[in-house]
Amino acid sequence: MKKDKTWFRGLHAAPPHWLRLLLAILPFMLLVAFYLTASHIRHTENPQDKLLPTITKMGNAIKKTAFTEDKRTGKYLLWSDTFSSLKRLLAGISMAAASGFLLGLNMGLLPGLRSMLLAFITFLANVPPLAILPILFISFGVGELGKIMLIFLGTFPLITRDIYLAVRKIPQNMIVKSLTLGASQAGVIYRVIMPQILPRLIETVRLSLGAAWLFLIASEAIASQSGLGYRIFLVRRYLSMDVIIVYVAWITLIAFSIDLILRKCITWVFPWYNPKMER
Amino acid sequence: MSDAYLLYLEDIQKTYGDKLVLADIDLAVKQGEFCTVVGPSGCGKSTLLRLILGQEQPTSGKLLINGRADVLHPSPERGIVYQRYSLFPHLKIIDNIMIGLILPLPFWKGIFKKKIIRKEALHYLEQVQLAEHAHKYPHQLSGGMRQRVAIAQALIKKPQILLMDEPFGALDPGTRESMQMLIIELWERHNMTIFFVTHDLEEAVFLGSRIIVMSQYYLGGSEKTDGQAKGARIVSDHSLEKASSTHYKESDEFGKFIQQIRKEGMDPAYLQHVTQFNLQHRDSFQTLTSEERAVLQ
Repeated sequence: MKKDKTWFRGLHAAPPHWLRLLLAILPFMLLVAFYLTASHIRHTENPQDKLLPTITKMGNAIKKTAFTEDKRTGKYLLWSDTFSSLKRLLAGISMAAASGFLLGLNMGLLPGLRSMLLAFITFLANVPPLAILPILFISFGVGELGKIMLIFLGTFPLITRDIYLAVRKIPQNMIVKSLTLGASQAGVIYRVIMPQILPRLIETVRLSLGAAWLFLIASEAIASQSGLGYRIFLVRRYLSMDVIIVYVAWITLIAFSIDLILRKCITWVFPWYNPKMER
Repeated sequence: MSDAYLLYLEDIQKTYGDKLVLADIDLAVKQGEFCTVVGPSGCGKSTLLRLILGQEQPTSGKLLINGRADVLHPSPERGIVYQRYSLFPHLKIIDNIMIGLILPLPFWKGIFKKKIIRKEALHYLEQVQLAEHAHKYPHQLSGGMRQRVAIAQALIKKPQILLMDEPFGALDPGTRESMQMLIIELWERHNMTIFFVTHDLEEAVFLGSRIIVMSQYYLGGSEKTDGQAKGARIVSDHSLEKASSTHYKESDEFGKFIQQIRKEGMDPAYLQHVTQFNLQHRDSFQTLTSEERAVLQ
């Protein structure tokens, strides 16, 4: 008898659970193996190699940055960097999320506001945020505000437009229905449509976070005294690949965790949103 | 005279750009009527419903709800059940029904009154036989169940008139029949006025206490060219006997009447002049232009 199902190949493949896990881990293993081999080759040629540090060196970097007080500042660098970076990131993205949500929601439902702002927001969204970084630093200073503003301006138009599009997709019938059920105009916007759009906001934020990290690290690299991006660009001068790699891995882990939390948040708080994923 | 009717339309016209969709609709509906509307597809049945609902505005003419002309936009006086998108996907079934009583209240009052409102909502949910599904989301219900929720959702507002736009159009025949029995039962119990648009003649004749046939196939009227691009008019209007069981559907009388309606409304080759429309219902009337009247004499 011919087997009609394969484990891996083709449209009809049905990998069993253990294989799916293995397949998911495989690319990571390959990456690590490739790195270790390359690092080993370089170290046999030159034990002082800084470009591809060994696991031991990176372990020492973790110990140095995360569990040893910095002599100059008396802080645990990794944690204080993480704290100041996350503060900026969350301030910027939550400002963008809140204002983009309100604006997109209202633009989607109110023709007057839409006529006034749609072209403007689309225009704004096409300004390259990094290009106006100097303007932001000049007008808001090189302190916290300048960086938060960069993240805000970089993600706000995108969130607004995405929420706007989601609201526009809501059938007119639903709005009429709410009015026949006695909703006021504000009631339609904030009590009927807004709760339906909330999970979309979380998805938009998930996607915008990538850009937010980019703007955060760029602004920290240019002018800062703390932060994950600042540290990476600081130790670059001493060619400390060990610290850089540890920091990059750490940033990736944080970004991945935030994304995971937001995704789980959608399935827990809004079980109606993606009925297919539930099954 | 127009005050005696719950719904009064005179000379209603609706155009989209150059296209005349509704030409000269005259219609008066009394309280308590189950008014079904049929006609060829694309003749403007749903457009007429949207005008009555306030979702769209007539291009010209007079539209009164309970003698009032100031009900321009959708409001609680007129309930609506659509074929789809009637329910709010983010609310559980019970909340979908409660929302009609919560939305008119300021939100803080809604919180305090939730218990009483929940009780009333459950009462309506029982009437559509869905009490055990109260805590599911709409996507977990079948199409027929969803429409039953939509009916309960509209009913709890006690609208003066309930508008239904092909509400059973997407249901399988068995479910459709049980929904028909349900809506007749609810209509009788709540003494409702229903305006029911459907493309199914059988359904229209079975359900209604009055059937209105719209068509764009007729002679005369405001346009000079016959036969093409005419706005729809009401070409026939009958009162119907109340059906008490589905057996009525199998009778000869029922079948003959369907044939008659099909000929009057759906047959492009059967053209009546505007003065010859079969307007038998006692509430029906027609505003004719002097040109049209001249043909009569």
